[in-house]
Amino acid sequence: MPQVTLTVNGKSASVEVEARTLLVELLREKLALTGTHVGCDTSQCGACVVDVDGVSVKSCTMLAVQADGAKVTTIEGLAAADGTLHPMQEMFREHHALQCGFCTPGMVMSAIDLVKSHPEGLTEAEIRHGLEGNLCRCTGYHNIVKAIAAAWPLMHGKAMPAAAE
Amino acid sequence: MNAPFEGIGASVRRKEDLRFISGGGHYTDDINRPGQLHAYFRRSDRPHAKIVSIDTAGAAACPGVVAVYTAADLAAIGGVPCGWQIHSKDGSPMAEPKHPVLAEGKVRHVGDPIAVVVAGTRQQAKDAAEKLDIVLEDLPSVSSVTDAVAPGAPRVHDDVAGNICYDWHIGDKEGVDAAFAKAAKVVSLDLLNNRLIPNAMEPRAAVGDFDPMSGEYTLYTTSQNPHVIRLLMGAFVLQIPEHKLRVVAPDVGGGFGSKIYHYAEEAMVTWAAGKLKRPVKWTAERSESFMSDAHGRDHASTAQMALDAEGKFLALRVSTLANMGGYLSTFAPAVPTYLYATLLAGVYTTPVIYCEVKAVFTNTVPVDAYRGAGRPEATYLLERLVDTICHDTGLDRVAIRRKNFIAPDAFPYQTPVALQYDSGNYIATLDAAMKAADWAGFPARRAAAKARGKLRGIGMSTYLEACGIAPSKLVGQLGARAGLYEVANVRVHPTGSVTVFTGTHSHGQGHETTFAQLVSDQLGIPVSQIDVVHGDTAKIPFGMGTYGSRSLAVGGSAMVKAMDKIIAKGKKIAAHLMEASVDDIEFKDGKFSVTGTDKSRTLGEIALTAYVPHNYPIETLEPGLDETAFYDPMNFTFPGGCHVCEVEVDQDTGITSVVNFVAVDDVGRVINPMIVEGQVQGGVAQGIGQALLENAAYDAEGQLLSGSFMDYTMPRADDLPNITVGTESTLCTHNPLGAKGCGEVGAIGSPPAVINAVIDALKDFGVRHLDMPASPQKLWAIIQSNRPRMAAE
Ligand code: FES
Ligand code: FES
Repeated sequence: MPQVTLTVNGKSASVEVEARTLLVELLREKLALTGTHVGCDTSQCGACVVDVDGVSVKSCTMLAVQADGAKVTTIEGLAAADGTLHPMQEMFREHHALQCGFCTPGMVMSAIDLVKSHPEGLTEAEIRHGLEGNLCRCTGYHNIVKAIAAAWPLMHGKAMPAAAE
Repeated sequence: MNAPFEGIGASVRRKEDLRFISGGGHYTDDINRPGQLHAYFRRSDRPHAKIVSIDTAGAAACPGVVAVYTAADLAAIGGVPCGWQIHSKDGSPMAEPKHPVLAEGKVRHVGDPIAVVVAGTRQQAKDAAEKLDIVLEDLPSVSSVTDAVAPGAPRVHDDVAGNICYDWHIGDKEGVDAAFAKAAKVVSLDLLNNRLIPNAMEPRAAVGDFDPMSGEYTLYTTSQNPHVIRLLMGAFVLQIPEHKLRVVAPDVGGGFGSKIYHYAEEAMVTWAAGKLKRPVKWTAERSESFMSDAHGRDHASTAQMALDAEGKFLALRVSTLANMGGYLSTFAPAVPTYLYATLLAGVYTTPVIYCEVKAVFTNTVPVDAYRGAGRPEATYLLERLVDTICHDTGLDRVAIRRKNFIAPDAFPYQTPVALQYDSGNYIATLDAAMKAADWAGFPARRAAAKARGKLRGIGMSTYLEACGIAPSKLVGQLGARAGLYEVANVRVHPTGSVTVFTGTHSHGQGHETTFAQLVSDQLGIPVSQIDVVHGDTAKIPFGMGTYGSRSLAVGGSAMVKAMDKIIAKGKKIAAHLMEASVDDIEFKDGKFSVTGTDKSRTLGEIALTAYVPHNYPIETLEPGLDETAFYDPMNFTFPGGCHVCEVEVDQDTGITSVVNFVAVDDVGRVINPMIVEGQVQGGVAQGIGQALLENAAYDAEGQLLSGSFMDYTMPRADDLPNITVGTESTLCTHNPLGAKGCGEVGAIGSPPAVINAVIDALKDFGVRHLDMPASPQKLWAIIQSNRPRMAAE
């Protein structure tokens, strides 16, 4: 069986997996990082989104062996060592952007990527469009959109450019 | 600095969120037990077939396989029971065919489980399941209710003639006939309520465990009501006594009704764990969820309203065919009867109503309660009928509603279909919603849209629902095979912190916060000192779980009763300590004080005394400060309100955009406005989904066409607008909180508001009615076929 060596949330790990093992299975079953969820089998829901080398990835759509040598960040690795939450986590709580919490890890990971990749700012329509790969059945997205807009200035350290608002 | 207000009415941020935003949630699939095996179900891919043979040898020989089971192995266990019995018009009990854990002799829907493989890993079990040699012989099959009741239709169950589960009715048939005979006008409408797939984001999962030493079973499961599962599975399927069966429903990733029911997979893993003496786990793949989670809605109805010359409703006649699917799910029979037909008065004074309902078996997945359950179907029927009356008669949509509203001073109001509403103010919610939606400014917006080439429409629905279904005595008479009370245990610890054990279950509703606020308000201690525990039959005395927007109205009321007992006992302890009469002790803001003096003791001091009873009235009072209450409500609660939807339809694509949505609801007392708003928004999103996007599509034979997220259109962020929520509350008069419930209002009020808006947008195209979902194809075809006419005009 192939051996996969990768860094997850700053810690290196080396595990033996079947060649067909998905990255999400490696995270959940081999490393017991159960914050990353599986909500579908067709790559549609985004509950499994993690960060692989700076890019958000649906971890149900990537083989574990493809992540060999990669740096992976999951929802468990977002907060600082002292427990300080990432601003996106904080804004999700502040704006009641979660109910059952099942979509939340993937939603937060996607949202961070969305904000990072839009230094020019984000309109509401762009946020909604940017969440196309993530399903939430509970919230109706209203508060998720609000939380992401509120996290943008915190993550970029400046006010959202007026044109984007 | 004063402590922040955390009591009733404060938007306290949720206590449960830290674990969910940190990846620390604890869902069923996150549970792994030592020595655990994995189960994989092989399911039918045919809607209806005879099982000719099953050869398990190939599967059993696969690597890692520990056991393969079929119905033949389950002869000693019972079928999955139904929790509600309806009687037909003629008094006969409903047809209740056996629902086996694994298919016996025949499969009756795509997804019906035939065999299960248990192996060391999930992949091994799945690979081995491929090697099962199952020979099926197709039988004629049927998927729609209208086809299933047609003469000569194939029978889903050999001994159920005409596929009729029951033929039930309610109301005054002669009275309705007489009123129709005198009516100035009769308006009729045929309508379908489209079948939906709940699709909670967490797929169902179950882990069975067995301890051979104690003989105790544990089931971890994705359930909204663990005690109900223990009762149904223990008593009816596996014959495990309650004290030897523990059911745990940990964090659950959404339910919307679909996780109320006892499912075959739960019984299967529990039974297999006992047989194999090892834990057995199963987690649904999403494609399994589509074909095995109970679906929702699926009604075909004819509605007729008799009116006088001024547009006053004289009588309503309704006839409905309700799809039950291939077997009866736990509460399925109650949905199109007592949760539907009893709601047909709505917010109107219609004096006589008659409704008949035929529940019909088909070769489809069982149908049961989905967010709103029966009430969305009743609301959709009524509110579409009201708009159709306006279409046919030219009466104004708002005026006709006002004319027929039950007046704010008419409560308690007895409807002609059994329910007695305790409170409401439909004019207030209507006025507030119209104002928030700027109804008056709509013509200008329509004109502006027209200039941009878009068709703009506005629609409303004024609705009512019945929540917190009760009292137990009444529901027993109506056929429920359980009570519908709720239980709370309030434990004040020696240092004054509190744990509340509730029989309700939170799977997104935020109970850990709302209930803590309730306790904080009544006992005067901070929310941080209060923990709410739910979801474990080993910890909680009993409970009926969470559905039908019952948790606060029923479960919260049980908590209030338990806290009343705590305070009453605390007063006795305080009276002893302060050498005063019990009658002179008052409790306020967490302090027991002697009236007219400055003597007082905190709740913490009283609690410590109760657990360290050195100076204590031990002859007359037991130590400890721990009280349990059962609360059986006197009536349903009746939330209501008005939803207004504004849409724009693109003429070239047929795509409908919801450009504004306002929901003003009367949910009674609000504990946490932030959570209520979130509940309504989530419900509205599902309602817009039903109206515009979602449809569980079957072909005529019963092949499920929408079996994945690629074929079943879930609402995504860019399909939805911002949703403006307002509340206009009247209080429930019969529970101590005045609470009515907010979990379902969004999904109940919204679908007709959306469709009424779409039809208004298509005003110039001669559309009287269209069935949900109002998909782009449907609208595009309507627009196209009317183009020549429009051009000619
Ligand atoms: S699990 Fe649904 S997209 Fe990965
Ligand atoms: S919070 Fe439940 S699915 Fe998003």
